[in-house]
Amino acid sequence: MGIRTFIEGWPVYRQLTGTDPLGRGAAAQSERSAELTARTETADRVARSVCPYCAVGCGQRVYVQDGRVTQIEGDWDSPISRGRLCPKGAASKSLVTSPLRQTKVRYRRPYGTEWEDLDLDVALDMIADRVLAAREQTWEDVDDEGRPLNRTLGISSLGGATLDNEENYLIKKLFTAMGALQIENQARI
Amino acid sequence: MAEAHPVGFQWVMEAKRRGAKVFHVDPRFTRTSALADTYLPIRAGTDIALLGGVVRYILENELDFREYVLAYTNAATIVSDQFVDTEDGDGIFSGFKPETGTYDQTSWQYAGQENGGGAEDTEEARETAAGLRHESHGSPIPGVVRRDETLQHPNCVYQILKRHYARYTPEMVERVCGIPQEKFLELARAWTENSGRERTGVLIYSVGWTQHSVGVQYIRTGAIIQSLLGNIGRPGGGVLALRGHASIQGSTDIPTLFNLLPGYLPMPHHATHPTFDAWASSIRHPGQKGYWGHARAYCASLLKAYWGDKATPENDFCYGYMPRLTGDHGTYQQVLNMIDGKVKGYFLLGQNPAVGSAHGRAQRLGMANLDWLVVRDLFMIESATFWKNAPEVATGEIVPEQCRTEVFFLPAASHVEKEGTFTQTQRLLQWREKAVEPPGDCRSELWFFYHLGRKLREKLAGSDKPRDRALLDLAWDYPTEGPLAEPSAEAVLREINGFEVATGRPLGGFTEARDDGSTAMGCWIYSGVYADGVNQAARRKPRHEQNWVAGEWGWAWPANRRTLYNRASADREGRPWSERKKYVWWDEEKGEWTGYDVPDFEKTKPPSYRPAPGTSGPEGIAGDDAFVMQGDGKAWLYAPTGVVDGPMPTHYEPAESPLRNPLYRQQANPTRKVYPHPVNSVNPSPPEEHSQVFPYVFTVSRLTEHHTAGGMSRTVPPLAELQPEMFVEVSPELAAEAGLTHLGWAHLVSGRAVIEAKVLVTDRLTPLRVEDRIIHQVWLPYHFGFEGLVTGDSANDLFGITLDPNVLIQESKVGTCDVRPGRRPTGAALRELVEDYRRRAGITPERHAPVVTPADGEGAR
Ligand code: SF4
Repeated sequence: MGIRTFIEGWPVYRQLTGTDPLGRGAAAQSERSAELTARTETADRVARSVCPYCAVGCGQRVYVQDGRVTQIEGDWDSPISRGRLCPKGAASKSLVTSPLRQTKVRYRRPYGTEWEDLDLDVALDMIADRVLAAREQTWEDVDDEGRPLNRTLGISSLGGATLDNEENYLIKKLFTAMGALQIENQARI
Repeated sequence: MAEAHPVGFQWVMEAKRRGAKVFHVDPRFTRTSALADTYLPIRAGTDIALLGGVVRYILENELDFREYVLAYTNAATIVSDQFVDTEDGDGIFSGFKPETGTYDQTSWQYAGQENGGGAEDTEEARETAAGLRHESHGSPIPGVVRRDETLQHPNCVYQILKRHYARYTPEMVERVCGIPQEKFLELARAWTENSGRERTGVLIYSVGWTQHSVGVQYIRTGAIIQSLLGNIGRPGGGVLALRGHASIQGSTDIPTLFNLLPGYLPMPHHATHPTFDAWASSIRHPGQKGYWGHARAYCASLLKAYWGDKATPENDFCYGYMPRLTGDHGTYQQVLNMIDGKVKGYFLLGQNPAVGSAHGRAQRLGMANLDWLVVRDLFMIESATFWKNAPEVATGEIVPEQCRTEVFFLPAASHVEKEGTFTQTQRLLQWREKAVEPPGDCRSELWFFYHLGRKLREKLAGSDKPRDRALLDLAWDYPTEGPLAEPSAEAVLREINGFEVATGRPLGGFTEARDDGSTAMGCWIYSGVYADGVNQAARRKPRHEQNWVAGEWGWAWPANRRTLYNRASADREGRPWSERKKYVWWDEEKGEWTGYDVPDFEKTKPPSYRPAPGTSGPEGIAGDDAFVMQGDGKAWLYAPTGVVDGPMPTHYEPAESPLRNPLYRQQANPTRKVYPHPVNSVNPSPPEEHSQVFPYVFTVSRLTEHHTAGGMSRTVPPLAELQPEMFVEVSPELAAEAGLTHLGWAHLVSGRAVIEAKVLVTDRLTPLRVEDRIIHQVWLPYHFGFEGLVTGDSANDLFGITLDPNVLIQESKVGTCDVRPGRRPTGAALRELVEDYRRRAGITPERHAPVVTPADGEGAR
C-alpha cells in the first residue's frame, strides 16, 4: 500500500476532502463495508406494513427472503413517520422472529401442574364445546318482566386493541350472535 | 409524547423549529420536558384545576376568539334558570340524587328545553358507559335554542362558565396543582396569544388522561379552552389524543366493547330498546339537527350485514336476535364476577390483564376461578401462566393442584403474518400487506374466530332452539385462501364498508345507507374505505407527491376527512380566517366547499343557507353550523347532556388523595363508579381518618423501550436489554425522608398490594408545595411482570378499582401509597404486611369511602 493510498484510506481525510462532510456515507466506508450488500437489496419481496406498537402508525417495509423476514425498515414514503421508527418499531423484526415466540398450542388441564401438547384442531373443537356448554349453563332468555335478554353472562372476552379492524369486526359479530355481551378491550383500560 | 410516541413527537419539534412554543405538563420531568420551552410539574389528578385556571384567564381578560365563539360555539345559548352551579352547591350541581350517586339532567338543559327530551337518565348512562357513543357524534339536543348574541344574559353559557371558574385563580392553581403562579401565567399567556385569525394552538394529551375518575372531564376542559380560542377544525389546532396501541382507535370504532356496536351504535338495552324502532329512534332523536338523523339507515344496514338474507324490514332485520344489556357488564365488573364464580369462560386476545389492568391480584384471582381460559398471544404471558407463576402462588392464595381453570394457549400470528387494517390515532386506516405465513400453529384472530364460528354452527346444525337461530342465521360465509384456509380480510373490509345487496356494488359512503334492507353496512363511519371496489386504506402515495394534508395516504374516517369540523377553518361567510390559516373554504364561483382537505360540510350548502324553522336531520344544519354532528350544530362550552358528571368540568380530588379538596366540600367526583366488593378497596382520603397511613402519591406511565404490559417488549431482546429492571423514581428529598438509597431497593404498599422496585433517586420528580405542605410523588413504569426476559413486580397491582362514570375507565394514573426502604416480604408475610396497613388505615370489607362528602362534623353518609 502506497503512502497516498494509505492517506486516502483514512476516513477523516476523505471526510474533509470528499463529498461526504458529515462522514456518514462514502467517507466512513471501509473496504469490508464496501463489499457488503444490505439485506434490503437482496430481498425477494417487500411488504408495506405498519408498526404494531403504539398508535402513531409509522410505516414499515418488511423485507422477505426465502419466506423469512430478514429486515424491517421505516417507510420513507409515509407522511406520518417519514421513514423513522422508534426503538420499539425498530425492534419489530426481533419481535416477529423472536425465538421466544410460541408456535405450538399449549394446554393446561384443570388442576394440572404442567403444560401439555394439544393439536390445534382438537383445541378449536374443545373450545367450541366449552363455549356451547357455558352458553347452555348461563343462558338468559328474558328478564323478570318477560322482556328479551337473549344472552349469556357466562362468557367474557378482553382484547382487540392490537388486532385488525377486520378481526374485531368478526369477533363482535360472532360473540353478538352467540349472545355473549361481555366483550371488552384495552380501550376500556 | 417524546417517550411514548417518539416518532409523532418529530412534528412537535418541527413546529418548535418554526417558532412554536412548547409547554409540557407532567408530574415527572421526561424527554418531552427536556425538549419543551417550559416544563410545569403538576400534582397528579389536578389537571382540571390547571385548565380551569386557563378558562378563567381567557374569560376574565376577554381573550376568547369572539367571532369564532359567537359563530360556532354555544356561548350565547341560554340555559334553564333551574340550573344550580357547583359554586352554589358545595361542589355538586343541581339534580343530584345521593341514593344512586347520579344526576337528573333536567335542570342542566337549555332554557325552554327542560322537558325537551335531551336530559338523560344518567344512572343507565353510567352503567352502560354511554359517553363513549359521543365519539362519533354529539348527544341529543333539540335544534332550536334561545341565544343572547351580546353574551350578557346572566344565564347564557358564557356567563355561567365565567362564574363557574371564577375561583380558579392563579393562586388557586398554585394551591391545588403545586404549579408556581408565574409558570401558570406564562402558559396562559402563550396559549391565548396563539389564538385568532392568524394563529392557533394545539393541545396534545396522552390517554393516561382518561385513566382518572374525572378523565372525560379533563378532556372536556381542554375542549372548552380550544373552542374559546377558536382552535377546533383549524390547521395547527385541535385536541389531539395520543392513543397507545396500534389499533386502539379501530377497536373503539369497530368495538370489542360491551356497550357498543360498530360506528358507536349502542348495544341494545333491555328496558329502553325493546324494539328496533325504539332502538333506532333513541339514536336518531327525532327533531335533532345533523347527520345522526339518518341513524335508522345505519342500524338497519348493520343488522343486514350481520344476518344477510334473513334480515328483512318485515322481521325488523332480526333485531330480536340481539342480546340486551341490563347494566354494567364492563371488564372490571366481569373480573369481580369471576371471583364470585359467575363467569365460566374467558378469552384473552393479545391482552395481558394480569399485568396491564388495575388491581392485578383481583385479575389473577378471577382467572384462577374460571372453568376455562383461552389465551391468544405471541408469547407466554403472565395471564397464561398465573396458575403456576403468579405472586399469589407464592403467597399460597393460588395452589396449582387446586386451581380448576383449564387453560388453552393458542399462538397468534404477528402483524407481518396477516393482512388487514389498523386505525391509528388520527382515525387513519392503513392496510398492511402480508409478508410471510405464520409459523406452526400460529393463526390470526380472523382465522380463529371465523373457524370457531364455523364449528359452532356445525355443532348446532339442526337445533330448533330459538336461542341458536342468531348463530345459524348469521351471514358467515367469507371466502378463505391459502393452505391455512385464512379468511379474506379484504372481503371483511368490503362488508364493513357496505354494499348494495342486490348487486354487491360497494357503497361510496354512509350517505348511501338505506333503512329498507337494500344496503348492508358493517360500520357506517368506515363506509367509503372500499369505495369503487378499491381498498382505499392500502393507498400509499408518497408524501412528496401530494399536498401536506396527504389525503391519499391510507383512508381516514369519516369520508377521508383528516381534520374534523374543518368548516370552522373558515369564517361565517365561508372565507378563510386568514391566508396563513387557510384550510377549507367556500368557492363562490363554483358554488361549493373546497380546500386542502375533504370539507366536513355538505359540499354545495352555501354559508348563507338557513333551514326553515323546525327542520331536522342534515337539512336542519345551517350554512354556518360548523359542528355538523352536534344536535344544535355548535361546539359545546357547556354540555347540557352527554356527560354524566356535570355540564362543566369541576376539580375533584382523585379517589385516593392525601389532600382535602381546596375548592369544594365535595372531595371526589360524586358520580364516580365504585365497586363495593371484598377484594376491592380504596385508601382513605380526607376528611376521612387515617389518610396519613398512605402519605405519598404515586403515578405510572410508559418507558420508550417498553410497551404496555410488556408482552411485546419484555420478550424482545433489544428492548429488554434497554430497560432491564423494575424501578421507582423518587426525589432526593423523599429519598432522605423515607431512607431510600440510589440503586437500593424500596417497596411500596397500598391497601391492595405491596410491590418492590429498584430506587432511582432523581430530580426528575419535584416535591410540590401544595397548600402549606409538601407533597411527594413517586413514579413507576407499569410494564413489568413475572414472565419474559426481564421481570419485576407490577405497578398496577397497587391500584384499586374506581372508574370514571362516563366511560367506565379505571383511575390508574394516581393513587396513594407508603414507600419503605428494602425489599418486600415474601410468602405469607407479604399478605400480613398489607393486612397490617389495612388495619391501620381502617380498611375493612364493610367500609366504603363516602361518595358524598359530609359537611364538617357530620358522619359519613
Ligand atoms: S415506531 Fe414507535 S412511534 Fe412509530 S408507531 Fe411504532 S411504537 Fe409508535
